[in-house]
Amino acid sequence: MTTLRAGWIITQRDLAHWVRQPWGPIFGLMFSIMLLLVFGFLFGGAINVPGGGDYIAYLLPGMMALSMLFGVESTATAMGNDARKGITDRFRAMPIGSASVALGRVGADMTNSTVELLVMLVGGLAVGWRITGDATAAALAVLLLLLLRFSMLWIGIFIGLRFRGEGATSAVQVLVWPIGFLSTAIVSAETMPGWLGAIAAWNPLSATATAARELFGNPTGVTGGVLADHAVLLAVAWPVLLTAIFAPLSARAYRRLRA
Amino acid sequence: MDTLFAEGLRKRYGDLDALDGFDLHVPAGVIHGLLGPNGAGKTTAVKALTTLIDLDAGTARVAGFDVRGQARQVRASIGLVGQNPAVDEILGGRQNLVMFGRLYGLGKAAAQARADELLDLFELTGAAERAVSTYSGGMRRRLDIAAGLVLTPAVLFLDEPTTGLDPRARNEVWTSIRETAARGTTVLLTTQYLDEADQLASEISVMNHGRVIAEGSPEALKRRIGGDRVTVTLRGPLDEAARALGGVTDEETRSVTVEVTEGLAAIVRTLDALDAGIEDLQLRRPTLDEVFLTLTEKEPVT
Repeated sequence: MTTLRAGWIITQRDLAHWVRQPWGPIFGLMFSIMLLLVFGFLFGGAINVPGGGDYIAYLLPGMMALSMLFGVESTATAMGNDARKGITDRFRAMPIGSASVALGRVGADMTNSTVELLVMLVGGLAVGWRITGDATAAALAVLLLLLLRFSMLWIGIFIGLRFRGEGATSAVQVLVWPIGFLSTAIVSAETMPGWLGAIAAWNPLSATATAARELFGNPTGVTGGVLADHAVLLAVAWPVLLTAIFAPLSARAYRRLRA
Repeated sequence: MDTLFAEGLRKRYGDLDALDGFDLHVPAGVIHGLLGPNGAGKTTAVKALTTLIDLDAGTARVAGFDVRGQARQVRASIGLVGQNPAVDEILGGRQNLVMFGRLYGLGKAAAQARADELLDLFELTGAAERAVSTYSGGMRRRLDIAAGLVLTPAVLFLDEPTTGLDPRARNEVWTSIRETAARGTTVLLTTQYLDEADQLASEISVMNHGRVIAEGSPEALKRRIGGDRVTVTLRGPLDEAARALGGVTDEETRSVTVEVTEGLAAIVRTLDALDAGIEDLQLRRPTLDEVFLTLTEKEPVT
């Protein structure tokens, strides 16, 4: 049994979950769309984009990046539940490669997030957002967003395996909000007090949001600083760095189940 | 050769010796009971034998394979049914079994055929497509055991399979376990329930503080703590009778229970001399409960 095949079978298990209980993912999508509408139309009129540009055009890529960040929560929850209920132990007592369980999670969550991203793209186009860059650049933007989700996956797997309990999931659910808002996902860092703006600019989420804006041909809200020059580079570097830290930590947490 | 073999297993968690020189020898094809109170180390022993944890010391072989060096072969030879039903609650029963079958390397068609076979065997065919979250406790357990049998493993590990089940569900699970053993699978069953071990197991290892403190058939274990018990129900003075016989009183049933050491006649004579008024007299073998309490009380509590 190859690790890949086992990983694919575990992925299919999660895909079957969505068929059985479609309301979870559907509510997740509705939540993203609700946030989009709240910020786009309720708050949007009061928000200025530094450097000019339409707020909806600015907001959409930020919302996409935000939903990639929020994915950490569903990954950690799914991983923690399996570990707590003994399903992970059942997998571990089977003759399958030790990476299969994580691979299954990766397959399922990346599929979920890809669908989510597509829905947001379509939804965004429906509310007046436009891609003005070329198609290759737009595809690269989508890839960068998925790369961010990929790095969040490893953080989620690590948290789920390491802290197993429901408390950890709640902590993640609360923490994603300040991390999400303390970025340029929704408002430009340049409208924030200097020190806060600096933190927001260095948030990995900001790199992805800004890079996606550049590549989609949307206003970036950035007129200077590191994000103005190196957004795409940072949008690659941050997720790669996070993955380089949390993939080994996840592997270690999985091995430590044996302790 | 023993199907399950463990010698000198040690596993330390902080200050606690979860396994402290655990030994086990189980031949093929039997149900072996691992009996002990909460915290005796039963689950740790199962986890060690199913390759889920690393051992600090000792040697263990399952179906002839070393749990350390040949973990993969061990995993291909066992089924594990843990303390909590480890089945996917969102999926249907059949979907669960097909998934586990495919993870064990069966092709799609073979996994489906095996799933149907097991559903039939465990009388779950009617609920096959329903989400497991709608199953009763007993059904869930049966599915859980079925999932451990997808491969027809050489050894099935059952860790407290009836904890939290009502008596009817418990009976259903017992039947499933007996049938599993009858088909040739060696079963290691951990339990805190003495009657469960008594009912199912041909051999029992009594465990406390991380090691086996007694071993044998239920009958042999009962013999081990001495002779038969006699319970006499009296009209006359209970305490006096108990003192004269060296027995234990039960006020509610107005009875005295005493071990038969010098024959029944001697007991009757003593009671007659006291004019105790024997209403009823029952002779019985000691229960496993008594064996268990006697054995674990002898153990120094550390």
